Amino acid sequence: MERRVPPVCLESAALGVLMPMHVVLDPAGRIIACGQTMQKLFGQRSLPGADFFALFDLRRPSGLTGMASLRSRVGQRIYLIARDLPTTGLRGVALPLAGNQGMVLNLSFGIGLIDAVGEHDLTDADFAPTDLAIELLYVVEAKSAVMQELKDLNLRLHGAKVAAEEQALTDTLTGLRNRRALDLALQRALHGGGSFALMHLDLDFFKAVNDTLGHAAGDHVLRCVAEVLSGETRQSDTVARVGGDEFVILLPGLADPTRLMVIAQRIVLRLSEPILYEGRDCVISASIGLAVSSSYEAPTADEMFNDADQALYAAKHAGRGCVRLHAPPITSNMP
Amino acid sequence: MHGLINRSIQCFLRDTYGAAIWAATAREAGLGFDSFETMLTYDATLTDAVIDAAARLLNRSRDSVLEDLGTYLVSHRNAQAVRRLLRFGGVTYADFLHSLEDLPGRARLALPDIDLPVFEVVDHSPTEFALICRSPLAGIGHVLVGLLRAMADDYGVLSLVEHRGLCEGGEVVAIILAETAFSEGRRFDLARSAVAVG
Repeated sequence: MERRVPPVCLESAALGVLMPMHVVLDPAGRIIACGQTMQKLFGQRSLPGADFFALFDLRRPSGLTGMASLRSRVGQRIYLIARDLPTTGLRGVALPLAGNQGMVLNLSFGIGLIDAVGEHDLTDADFAPTDLAIELLYVVEAKSAVMQELKDLNLRLHGAKVAAEEQALTDTLTGLRNRRALDLALQRALHGGGSFALMHLDLDFFKAVNDTLGHAAGDHVLRCVAEVLSGETRQSDTVARVGGDEFVILLPGLADPTRLMVIAQRIVLRLSEPILYEGRDCVISASIGLAVSSSYEAPTADEMFNDADQALYAAKHAGRGCVRLHAPPITSNMP
Repeated sequence: MHGLINRSIQCFLRDTYGAAIWAATAREAGLGFDSFETMLTYDATLTDAVIDAAARLLNRSRDSVLEDLGTYLVSHRNAQAVRRLLRFGGVTYADFLHSLEDLPGRARLALPDIDLPVFEVVDHSPTEFALICRSPLAGIGHVLVGLLRAMADDYGVLSLVEHRGLCEGGEVVAIILAETAFSEGRRFDLARSAVAVG
């Protein structure tokens, strides 16, 4: 047999402990009583006696303008604001009192809790003992502290990544050294005082490969060229890609023009072999200009680069697939 | 625009059209880098440039790209976290629509500097809604059209969602609920352990 539960009656003060933001309305929509936190929001202005619908704007659901419409939304979530406190959004739910004596509404700050705590100077005592508001504030604050740490870390790592990329010595496409690495190696060679050679190599017909077979084919060709150059040089040599299809090889301890010509011609020969890409032959060749440190009284990087470049230009001019050595000054000691 | 937003656009393009299209979009948009970082903030013009570049490369209108972005955010398996957070908005689709005004505030609880669009919800009747969206991203309403349609499916609701142009500095999206128990919809549990999380 079903036991009938009698209506629960609470003193207004007791209701305030459970729901510090409740409002009790008489059948005409006038406020009879309210919780202490609700009153705190309005400061000196006493809520009991005020017309609820004049004090609050019930925004959604639409059409909530009086007690009849409020009764039709019993138990549903209502979005409202106090007209005098437009920045404090509230949400609530309305229920009828026993015996058709009016309604009770319980309100909360919803997502505006954090701002409301600041604006209205709320404390732990302004929330019901069972309310999780303080826990929410705690979580947000703890999370913000951790987030700030992570954000700082993220900025540091991002800065380090950018710096590392700038300082990187490798050409990412071919795995060869880059211009920066070459400059460093050349500085070392110049300061070391020993003799060395610079080989400036430029691919012929590379643009045609790119244009007819696409960039992927071009990239493949550059990687194959890199393999050939690495294979035809010593571990101690620096092979760098310094432009799209331009390479420079620094060969420390090597100044014998005859040996250099042999190496250069071997490279040219290897690079004249077609390179297979997805079943199609990519045909290129290479031109090389050489400069040797022993041709100079006091060699400088600029001068040697320039001369190797001049020699390359001469090689290109002589037809594709040629090698030219920079013509040394008149006081040459070349054989 | 927050890195998280830019990153989700990047993931949308990558997951939908492939890594090559994203790489081409980044080049075409002149980003100067190949990937957005989640926790950095970027100039809003970059976001616009990415959307425009993607639309050009895909030979589609900007509006339809944005609409697909909205659909992706709810329905793609790589964006499950977004769908779950949206479902926190309410038990019913109507509750969810009402909760959209709270969305930027909720997001700020997690990320204080996130600049989500600002929403204004107007309920003309229990089945007719208008959503006014304001964002620096032109076409934000189209993102919402895709997102709201996908969410309706998620809730198992039959609805009509349409972009209705501009109004009061925002874009207006109209939503009409035709049937609130159209299909089963997808299951949603508040506790994450109750569902398989990828």
